[in-house]
Amino acid sequence: MEKVKKQKKQKQSSYMHDVLERFFAHKLAVIGLAMIILLALLVIVLPPIMGLDPYTVDALGGFNKGPSSAHWLGTDRTGRDIFARLVYGGRISLVVGLLSTAVSMLIGVPLGLLAGYFRGGVEAVIMRIADVFMAFPDMMLILVLVSVVGKSVVAITVVVGILGWTQFARLIHSRVLSVREKEYVESARAIGTKSGKIITKYVLPNSFAPCLIAMTFRTAAAILLEASLSFLGMGVQPPTASWGNLMYDAQSIVVLSTQPWVWVPAGICLVITVLSINFFGDGLRDALDPKMKI
Amino acid sequence: MKAKYIGKRFLIMIPTFIGITILAFFLSNLAPGDPISMIVGGAQLTPEDVARLEHRYGLDQPLVLQYFHWFARMIQGNFGISYRTSEPVWTMIMNRLGPTLLITITSVVVSVILAIPMGIGAAVKPYSAWDYISSGISFLAVAMPNFFVALVLVYIFGVQLKVLPTSGMYTTASVKELPDLIRHMILPVAVLAFQQIGNLIRQVRGSMLEVLQEDYIRTAREKGLKESRVVIRHGLRNALIPVVTTIGMNLPFIVGGAVVTEQIFAWPGLGQLMVQSINARDYSCIMGITVVISVVVLIGNLVIDLIYGLLDPRISYK
Repeated sequence: MEKVKKQKKQKQSSYMHDVLERFFAHKLAVIGLAMIILLALLVIVLPPIMGLDPYTVDALGGFNKGPSSAHWLGTDRTGRDIFARLVYGGRISLVVGLLSTAVSMLIGVPLGLLAGYFRGGVEAVIMRIADVFMAFPDMMLILVLVSVVGKSVVAITVVVGILGWTQFARLIHSRVLSVREKEYVESARAIGTKSGKIITKYVLPNSFAPCLIAMTFRTAAAILLEASLSFLGMGVQPPTASWGNLMYDAQSIVVLSTQPWVWVPAGICLVITVLSINFFGDGLRDALDPKMKI
Repeated sequence: MKAKYIGKRFLIMIPTFIGITILAFFLSNLAPGDPISMIVGGAQLTPEDVARLEHRYGLDQPLVLQYFHWFARMIQGNFGISYRTSEPVWTMIMNRLGPTLLITITSVVVSVILAIPMGIGAAVKPYSAWDYISSGISFLAVAMPNFFVALVLVYIFGVQLKVLPTSGMYTTASVKELPDLIRHMILPVAVLAFQQIGNLIRQVRGSMLEVLQEDYIRTAREKGLKESRVVIRHGLRNALIPVVTTIGMNLPFIVGGAVVTEQIFAWPGLGQLMVQSINARDYSCIMGITVVISVVVLIGNLVIDLIYGLLDPRISYK
């Protein structure tokens, strides 16, 4: 018994070892991961260290002023420090991205499991509903939902999260279809294990890998969705800062042409963040399952 | 056989369509703020006036009944009257559909035309400079939010170089000339095409790499065919199938992109109408747009399915 356990442990660790080895061989993925960690650290640590304040209007510093030593990235039309708003906006982007993806998974994974495991009517209903959601342009549905539930950060997280469920449901569903036919599931069923236990103990762990990878790409997509919404003025509302609503002002041709410090840094931050997450996701995919396509 | 298949695909689309209408209707009706106050603006009304108006717009009936009435009218092309402009919603949507289709379809064509040579080039010589350049472009295209791309393009071509118009469809509303229209289309189409090109390049490269390993490619080469003919005639045709799938999956995403793009370029399309309607809580219009857009996406998917058949005669329509 003891020996078996030991062997099992060894086998697991060698699998993990392989995965890590493949991941670290992927240079861009490592850079991506490092960038994500750096960004997360910066948005957490900078505000208390530098005493950043994204809300207070600096009456002396002036409005719409270019970069200076007092305001590294200048001030916006109400005299708020753009660098501080950029850092606080980063917090919002990362939090909305991660939490909304968690919401998507909380809805999508169980539904995908149910559809794939029980088949029949359950599957038909769930996958049909997924079709309806997939036929809808995300952006349109989110706009409608946001106009219904309001524009708070929580509401936007939930709405973007709800819209992401189909991807996870579909991935899990297609994976479960093959896992449920495996011998270990069959034998568990044969000795009378309850469905709930089979699903959580055997089916879920063996069909979860694609979701882990999809999670990274969805987080990137969710960050972009939130930014687009806020850019349209339908997302996170000022005075709360977000990278999208920092760029909202650039819809005015004056800001766009004469005050690039207002909109360029937020755009660059978005690109770097999304690029890093995508690189990380690519590396994760190659490491976990080189043959998989997402 | 094919007609039968199309018929069947149509039937499958019906439940999806009904689902979409249910979603659109009930979502809009969950919304806070009552339509009556939207219709009359700030005017003070007696309760009798409110009741009369509610009756006129059918708002005094139970929600489920309202849905059936709305649905029955809608499939006859009657989407009701806009609360915001008092125009028929159907006319408003049809006026806006053309401009949106114009830039979205053009952008699909442009991105495919650009992505295919870039992807093939990368696949024929993997890890070459060309491969790195096209991968770089593809990564950037996926990561750059389309509104940022739009702002940068407006800044460069509209503000600095002053070579392209950045707003509207025509310079003067009364003079509708094709060259003027094309000039106005360049930037919005570029933004939408850039948004799609990342996934397309990756898909072309990936499926080309796979196809070029196949036995029939080796056979074609050993027959002594020119390399260009092997790659294009034998390789590309087979590699295009997953590419077409990607285009199909991109459709809702492109329409979503059109919302932001139309807003920035003041393009008089459905996306802009959607944003205006949402700002004004014009729910009859919001419902109408959602339904029309999703029908367009459904038809787009059907077209994609038929293109499969053209590319690969082996696909049987069952």
